[in-house]
Amino acid sequence: MSRRTSTGIVCAGIAAVALAGCTSTAPTQNNAGGGAAGGPIAVKASDTACDVGATEAPAGNITFSINNAGSKVTEFYLYGVGDRIMGEVENIGPGITRQLIVEVPDGGAYTTACKPGMIGDGIRGQFTVTGNTQRSTDANAKLAEATAGYKRYVTSQIETLVVKTQEFVTAVKAGKIDEAKALFPVSRIYWERIEPVAESFGDIDPKVDGRDDGEPGVPFTGYHRIEKDLWVDGIKPDTNQMADNLLADMKDLQTRVATVELTPVQLANGAKELLDEVATGKITGEEDRYSHTDLWDFKANVEGSQASVAALRPVIDEKNKELGPQLDQRFAAIEKLLEGYRVGDGFKLYTELTDDDKKKMTEAVDALAEPISQVAGVVTS
Amino acid sequence: MSGVSRRRLLGAAGAGVALAGAGAAAAACSAPATTPSPSDVVPFRGTHQAGIITPAQDRLHFAALDVIDGDRAALQSLFRKWTAAAERMTAGAEVTPGGAVNRNPDAPPDDNGEALGLPASQLTITFGVGPGLFAKAGVDRFGLAAKRPAELLDLPPFTLDDIDPALSGGDICIQACANDPQVAVHAVRHLARIGFGTTAVRWSQLGFGRTSSTSTTQATPRNLFGFKDGTNNLKAEDPAGLDEHVWIKGGAQPWLEGGTYLVARRIRMHIEVWDRTSLNDQQLLVGRNKGEGAPLSGSKEFDLADYELKGEDGQPTIALDAHIRLASAHALGGVKILRRGYNFVDGSDGQGHLNAGLFFLAFMKDPAKQFVPMQSALANNDTMMEYIEHTSSAVFAVPPGLGEGTYWGQSLIE
Repeated sequence: MSRRTSTGIVCAGIAAVALAGCTSTAPTQNNAGGGAAGGPIAVKASDTACDVGATEAPAGNITFSINNAGSKVTEFYLYGVGDRIMGEVENIGPGITRQLIVEVPDGGAYTTACKPGMIGDGIRGQFTVTGNTQRSTDANAKLAEATAGYKRYVTSQIETLVVKTQEFVTAVKAGKIDEAKALFPVSRIYWERIEPVAESFGDIDPKVDGRDDGEPGVPFTGYHRIEKDLWVDGIKPDTNQMADNLLADMKDLQTRVATVELTPVQLANGAKELLDEVATGKITGEEDRYSHTDLWDFKANVEGSQASVAALRPVIDEKNKELGPQLDQRFAAIEKLLEGYRVGDGFKLYTELTDDDKKKMTEAVDALAEPISQVAGVVTS
Repeated sequence: MSGVSRRRLLGAAGAGVALAGAGAAAAACSAPATTPSPSDVVPFRGTHQAGIITPAQDRLHFAALDVIDGDRAALQSLFRKWTAAAERMTAGAEVTPGGAVNRNPDAPPDDNGEALGLPASQLTITFGVGPGLFAKAGVDRFGLAAKRPAELLDLPPFTLDDIDPALSGGDICIQACANDPQVAVHAVRHLARIGFGTTAVRWSQLGFGRTSSTSTTQATPRNLFGFKDGTNNLKAEDPAGLDEHVWIKGGAQPWLEGGTYLVARRIRMHIEVWDRTSLNDQQLLVGRNKGEGAPLSGSKEFDLADYELKGEDGQPTIALDAHIRLASAHALGGVKILRRGYNFVDGSDGQGHLNAGLFFLAFMKDPAKQFVPMQSALANNDTMMEYIEHTSSAVFAVPPGLGEGTYWGQSLIE
């Protein structure tokens, strides 16, 4: 949770997505666009492989059909330069097939990735897009595309957030303490990635992510209240109610995000705020003070920041040639650092970190946050 | 009344003085016209770096940084950026033109602006490089190993040392001195920010009052033991002494010609224990009287100490283990150093005692031949050691001054 109230993202009653046809991540549409040879590109995902039926497609709407033949829940991504997410589908359960339609107007080198277990860089492959589709090169169109792209990202994250929160809530209410503890940091990943957007709804954030600061008259609810029950106090008479409320708040968030209008500056500031969250909440161990799963949140904040920057990347590259590569390098450095603390699908607990570990993390965040703080100025210059 | 801080000056001169810029305060100062005003600009470029023989300012912010990432080119780029920012700040300007409030409002300001409206305050920023820049854990990260001067060595351990490694060493040092603490802190804060991603501050130290004079124009200040400190220091007005003891000449590393070495030691003082010591004992262990600062063999501060003089009891008037005798050129075969330390109080220690002392800074030609024998003699024989504890240690090579168009460390890195 942020220490400040976010400068509100405008919640207008209109859909902000300017570019009709940007329908990637929408798994329900089967009829839009074609991939190679006019049909969807089949992706066979397993726990160890990511077989993409074609490694080339013409520019335009490209459709992937991802079948998860493995035993782990997986994700599929199409990345541009700097791991800019062109489109993604998350939470593809074993045996499930889902479609991804992604609009790629520019030819060039792209990367496909399956992420069995939904962690790490995934199993990657090269993907070439040929030719170009007509589109405006006007700067405003690029900015609109950036915000629309990020909106898609937020939408897909919240979709999974609701699913993962449901799983967490179900485990809590069933009294399955160990299972609930395991699901707690996982469901928070999707929350932490998009936290600046969620925080823009001033009433949701305190209910969902407030901390037990002891301020009189402010009820302690949400993630951290349940966390405290699970790890410290034990289940209480109102724990189930807390769990139900958490899920209801997430569904409310999902509904309200649909009407959010984002600006490029908000994207840039969101990228920066996510790192501020890391610096002031995660490296200090304050966020998850009962479970000590702060590094899950840390990683998710960094991923969310990267997604925001990646959406803006074409604009950044147009205005400042050096910033993008510098950001790539520093995101890579922080990711490498965090991977050093990985334990299985998760991370070391905060209580297992040494002062030297925390110093290295602070240095990496400083190194990344400084150029990220320049993004807003660059995109508005 | 040289060495007075800007704030005290304002108080003394009354509210009618507008400090519109450097030099504006000079008229209000009662010192002779030739004395620089505490708000003045100290030239950034010259034969030697500023901040060494510059008359010691009242305030210090010292930072030691480690290079955490990047190659030689990244380092070179950083040194250029640092130099540009440092030169502007020492002139009393923002880090970049209009950097505080006159650039893109959607971007964070280049300069946070906490020094807006403050005069240059004689800010000097002195740059040095530590052993780690040449080799760290056996790795020559920047291809500089061949340029490492033989004299740049970590100091050996001394008796009674209680060194905290986290407060010691560093690949690079930045010494910011000014007559306004906000100006000194502004300088270090912004240089640290510019370095993010390449450097990280390893440790830093604030100092609030000079403990040495580096010019005959300055009165000798007192340290937190209440004694005048630095009476016999090397001074700017003694070029022959500086050439003999401070400035490197004819060394094996051409890039360091005209430079010097800096030794930094954080010396914690056990203030409360000291305060319970009789005046007589205090004076005997220092070797000077407290009021005048005169050696016990004389009556005026600048009387030369007579180490042969004996009292009626046949014992040396300045005891054999007196601090000034042990540290004197007389006892050390002519060795001298240029001290430029500061008092510090880092709050309290959690047990009700002041976490205070003297942040020792000294410049010299060769630490192994100058600081090491001096500190060894003190550590083993000085009764004052019962009241102090060295808690940090660092050595840096300080490159020469900058000519027009050059940047910090250029002769090293190119």
